[in-house]
Amino acid sequence: MQRRLKIGVLCSRIRVEEKWIFSSLEKRGIDFDRLDDRTIGFDLDNSAQWKQYDAVLERSISYTSGLYALRILNAFGVPTVNTAAVAEACGDKLTTSTLLMKANLPQPRNVVAFTPESALQALEQMGYPVVVKPVVGSWGRLLAKINDRDAAEAIFEHKATLGSMQHQVFYIQEYIEKPGRDIRAVVIGERVLTAMYRTSPHWITNTARGGEGELCPVTPEIEDLCLKAAQAVGGGVLAIDLIEHPQRGFLINEVNHTMEFHTLQPISGVDIAGEIVDYTANVASREFIQ
Amino acid sequence: MSTVPCPECAAEVALEAGTEVGEIIVCPDCGVDLEVTGVNPAAVQLAPMEQEDWGE
Repeated sequence: MQRRLKIGVLCSRIRVEEKWIFSSLEKRGIDFDRLDDRTIGFDLDNSAQWKQYDAVLERSISYTSGLYALRILNAFGVPTVNTAAVAEACGDKLTTSTLLMKANLPQPRNVVAFTPESALQALEQMGYPVVVKPVVGSWGRLLAKINDRDAAEAIFEHKATLGSMQHQVFYIQEYIEKPGRDIRAVVIGERVLTAMYRTSPHWITNTARGGEGELCPVTPEIEDLCLKAAQAVGGGVLAIDLIEHPQRGFLINEVNHTMEFHTLQPISGVDIAGEIVDYTANVASREFIQ
Repeated sequence: MSTVPCPECAAEVALEAGTEVGEIIVCPDCGVDLEVTGVNPAAVQLAPMEQEDWGE
């Protein structure tokens, strides 16, 4: 008797994206388990429980839980979407920047320092305004646009005093006068599925912060840049965020490895959840032994 | 559609058809975020506070 493909979906909080993914798995008749990262535990000497999965799709809302679970699963030999290496590359903005730099891809100018004093020095070389971002974080949380030295001193002191060790990494980016929008494109494997503009009167354009979505045509230039960005971080199921610089053109701002698409799926009409499930099933099938 | 009392304000909160365990719903009376912990029977608890590493 043939064994059926079995997928694990690692998750915790169930967003509309996870509901769409579960529904797509059910529609395709794929056997799957929900693996709540708040209730599971791993015995590193016993992989049997996890090897029942032909692939695990990671949709954890916690970057830390997702990353460490992926590391263990990959070490067990369980294929995952995305891999631990890709999660690590995308979940830390500074790591993403280094990989984009290595691939010679266009991105905003960034400077990095590890103390408030050296951060101030680095910032003053760049000139105001700048944007300071936590290296790990999402949804536009804790981003700071710094317009002058007074604000810089205050923010760096707060980060150094109140923040965790990760906030001692001062990741400083040039502020770009974008045209009230940025671009979010979805890449799955070797394809750019669709893209949208995220517009907002605020300089933070994340839809989690009230930015609105509008369909963006995937031009050959956007397609080429997004595929190269995806390749630079290791490829898989990814959302590429682009900024339009008035002189330098498209810059890659971020790459997200557990993307949300609650705005993009309805406005594009593209079944992104279904595409993620199909991609995961393909990854699973590569390792699938009947 | 089943209902469950809000643990914060005791208002009756409705769970719509298709609600999943792990989903977040908002109490219409007090506005608190509730995590669905059961659908049959319906159960909710106060949703955990957003953590610094949450996101996409």
